[in-house]
Amino acid sequence: MARISIEVDGVGYSDDVEPRTLLVHYLREQVGKTGTVVGCDTSNCGACTVHLDGASVKSCTVLAVQADGHEVTTIEGLATGGELHPMQQAFHENHALQCGYCTPGMIMQSIDLLHDNPDPTEQEVRDGLEGNLCRCTGYQNIVKAVLAAAAATPTHSDAAAGTGRSGGTA
Amino acid sequence: MTVTEDRPTTEVGSSRLRKEDQRLITGRTRWTDNITLPGMLHLAMVRSPVAHAKITSIDVDAAKASPGVVAVFTGADINDEQGSLPCAWPITEDQLAPPHPSIAVETVNFAGEIVACIVARTAVAAKDAVELVDVEYDDLPVVLDMAAAAEGGDLTHPDLGTNVSATWVFDSAEAETGGNVEQAISEAEVLIERTFRQQRLIPAFMEPRSVVCDPTGEQTTVWSATQIPHILRLMLALTCEISESKLRVIAPDVGGGFGGKLQVTPEEVVTLVVSRRLARPCKYTETRSESLLAGHHGRDQIQKLTLAAKQDGTVTGLKVELLADMGAYLGLVTSGIPILGAFMYNSIYKFPSYRFVCKNVFTNKNWTDAYRGAGRPEATFAIERLMDELAAEIGVDPIDIREKNWIKHEEFPFSTVAGLEYDSGNYEAATAKAKELFGYDALRAEQRQRRDAGDQVQLGIGISTFTEMCGLAPSRVLGALSYAAGGWEHASIRMLPSGKVEVITGSSGHGQGHETAWSQIAADRLGMPFDDIEILHGDTQVSPRGLDTYGSRSLTVGGMAVVAAADKVIEKAKPIAAHLLEADADDLEFSAGRFNVKGTDSSVGLTDVSLAVFAAHNLPDGIEPSIDAEATFDPANFSFPHGTHLCAVEVDTETGETKIRDYTCVDDIGKVVNPLIVEGQVHGGLVQGIAQALFEEAVYDDAGTLVTGSFVDYLVPSAADIPHFTTGRTESPSTTNALGVKGVGEAGTIASTPAVVNAVVDAVRHLGIDDIEMPCSPHRVWTALQTASSGADTPRDKTMVDDNADPSHNAQVSDGSGAEGFTGQGGLG
Ligand code: FES
Ligand code: FES
Repeated sequence: MARISIEVDGVGYSDDVEPRTLLVHYLREQVGKTGTVVGCDTSNCGACTVHLDGASVKSCTVLAVQADGHEVTTIEGLATGGELHPMQQAFHENHALQCGYCTPGMIMQSIDLLHDNPDPTEQEVRDGLEGNLCRCTGYQNIVKAVLAAAAATPTHSDAAAGTGRSGGTA
Repeated sequence: MTVTEDRPTTEVGSSRLRKEDQRLITGRTRWTDNITLPGMLHLAMVRSPVAHAKITSIDVDAAKASPGVVAVFTGADINDEQGSLPCAWPITEDQLAPPHPSIAVETVNFAGEIVACIVARTAVAAKDAVELVDVEYDDLPVVLDMAAAAEGGDLTHPDLGTNVSATWVFDSAEAETGGNVEQAISEAEVLIERTFRQQRLIPAFMEPRSVVCDPTGEQTTVWSATQIPHILRLMLALTCEISESKLRVIAPDVGGGFGGKLQVTPEEVVTLVVSRRLARPCKYTETRSESLLAGHHGRDQIQKLTLAAKQDGTVTGLKVELLADMGAYLGLVTSGIPILGAFMYNSIYKFPSYRFVCKNVFTNKNWTDAYRGAGRPEATFAIERLMDELAAEIGVDPIDIREKNWIKHEEFPFSTVAGLEYDSGNYEAATAKAKELFGYDALRAEQRQRRDAGDQVQLGIGISTFTEMCGLAPSRVLGALSYAAGGWEHASIRMLPSGKVEVITGSSGHGQGHETAWSQIAADRLGMPFDDIEILHGDTQVSPRGLDTYGSRSLTVGGMAVVAAADKVIEKAKPIAAHLLEADADDLEFSAGRFNVKGTDSSVGLTDVSLAVFAAHNLPDGIEPSIDAEATFDPANFSFPHGTHLCAVEVDTETGETKIRDYTCVDDIGKVVNPLIVEGQVHGGLVQGIAQALFEEAVYDDAGTLVTGSFVDYLVPSAADIPHFTTGRTESPSTTNALGVKGVGEAGTIASTPAVVNAVVDAVRHLGIDDIEMPCSPHRVWTALQTASSGADTPRDKTMVDDNADPSHNAQVSDGSGAEGFTGQGGLG
């Protein structure tokens, strides 16, 4: 067992974990963050996506011990003060979910995508979500939601007019 | 009939945002795997790595000694309780089926079959012990090729004496729904013969299957990621010989199904049996690899087709000789899947003669069963590919050949050669609209230019004009097809004293938006605010009667049950309202949630009546103090949505790479309750159909091992693989239900596969190619191009019999005797 201290959705936790425990299992089983889900065992589906220190990671590819001393945000920590995050709102308004199983991962990845590229084209959104599978929606409304969230974000015009892709990974 | 006709706005028809979203976008979800109960144990399955073998010994001692392990069960250990998994659809009286144990007892018949079950205090401890179970196998011959298996040779189940489970025939001459197809073939001026392979697919819902059983109450509670809580309860009771009244089944949030969760699974039976044995709550959640390996597969058919026509393009007959791979066992509706397609090969066309023969064959593979569309995508693919081939053969536009043969809108209702009565439709309108949205003529012109210029990237245009039968029901028809259950659906409405309403539905949604759509229907019918209506479903204790969700049946059958229950509520409320108003019931009219005395401004609200019956202080003499009502709806007919789908594909003739440039579809699903939800259903359906055309295939190697056992190899498309869709609608209301609705869950999947493959073939037809086997991967397209340009003469039908471990060998090449492809200039003479 290893002792780890993690901040999850703004709350600090100190727990003993087996060194082989994946972050996603720690979040679900020890912290009770069952909003984050598991969809595969090969890191292909993205259902488990969370933010680690503000950047998206597939939490099935990270060991809980690797997150020691770091901050994790899950889908459950996005809405603040009863207000949905703009991306959550955009998913709702654009019917970007059906069964909702991929949705936590999709939303977390989409936020990260806009963080890196605040004014993406449709193709850039599609490429940016390549690691997240959805079997229900056919992606069209997810893409629409992300574009709508981009258009609604205040930084949108600055980024478009100014440095453009400065935060991007490309 | 609509009681709220004079309301200024209606909920039905509006794009209401979904009420179920709030939990799903904030992570307040109840997936089965989230459930933890005091004292709960965890299961892991030991699965056979071999496809066909006798189990000679199983040593579980090391596993039992592993830390945290509580028990290990083999098939022999639970054989007196596990029963045989059910097949609810014996398609013929002499259908053969092997016993279907949840844990294999003497032999394993496919790789992935469960041979033992570990029970431990944690999921990790259970998984760790899987490796420690030592199973000795004595290999048996592995049967993989359905065509060879149908002819004899090695047997999947030697006890049955054959690999053929059943042979099912429909013949229009015998059924007196049409003429004799052999005669049509012998007199044909044009004969199109093709063999198509419907590759094996995997439903690949995103939430892996999970089941929790709690035997600690008077009733054993089963939570399962299932589409069918009601059917599951009955089948678990029958299979395990438990009193049905001692079981409660709950489908909490369920993350997609697509037919893949329309099953009574070995894992559910094992978890139930083990939890009862140990008197402890137990949970089993599959890994994705297990899901791909052992969750049932879909499709996997070989279609030998003969289309007879006149030189002017009029089809005179269609003969279908089908082989369907059951895999190793019959699941819940495995054997009936091809039969669901049998009535759809004639599609929207007026064929005078039709014969369908299906042989269901056993092989040592995972069993097949329902996957989105279930039989109808296969049928639609076959006929829509054939219509393109016929058009090419006689040199006319593929849309013209369809129009020449389809049922005209003024000919509805129309009795088809397959014996169904189509209630309504307008193929002309949908096609005209689709052509316009797509820019059909301009794309054809561009295609001609590119062909003439010999461009490296060629343009292909694919057409699919489809229909489907949906809304499973009617019960009488299902009975005539030997299906074990009916097809009705149930709803009840509870009028709460506070003025709120609970609608309980027997249909069990898992992403389709039932909560929103049912609220819209009930809101209109009862004249109540959308937000005051709560939809309850998916729990046999809350929703006692139901036949669940599959086959695009929820709205056409379950939605209608809500309508019928609401009408009963109003009926029951009326005499009480009259009493409260001191008026004659005959003088009341119900509108916008209120009973009005005609010609006066005296009125009382339905919610006032709810409160009045709750208090029951002042009711008419002898009246029951309740206006709650329930209804069971069983439609008189299926519904027949249709549509025209057009796809433009660019094919790189050097690399074989294909890219969908445009995809436009116009669907006619009758009246629409929520356009937003409908569009979402269409998008998702399209992608699953496109995935069959271009990406997905479950591949077994020569030993019967699933090669595509993870998402690395089984290529579920991502957003980056998929184009933007243009969707449109026309509206021919169904005449068989009061809502006028037809169902939309499977439409996109059924229609899109042939549209895409027709487009790919169309792009390279002028190069001598008239078929490419699915999925049309770059490698297959490239191989077809190479073979065509080398002038090799590949006999068309020979290529179809193998299950291809080598994906390259199935490209089919025209012998050049047919037309050079439609040039856009021809017309029907
Ligand atoms: S569960 Fe992490 S990528 Fe699939
Ligand atoms: S909404 Fe069901 S998987 Fe995406």
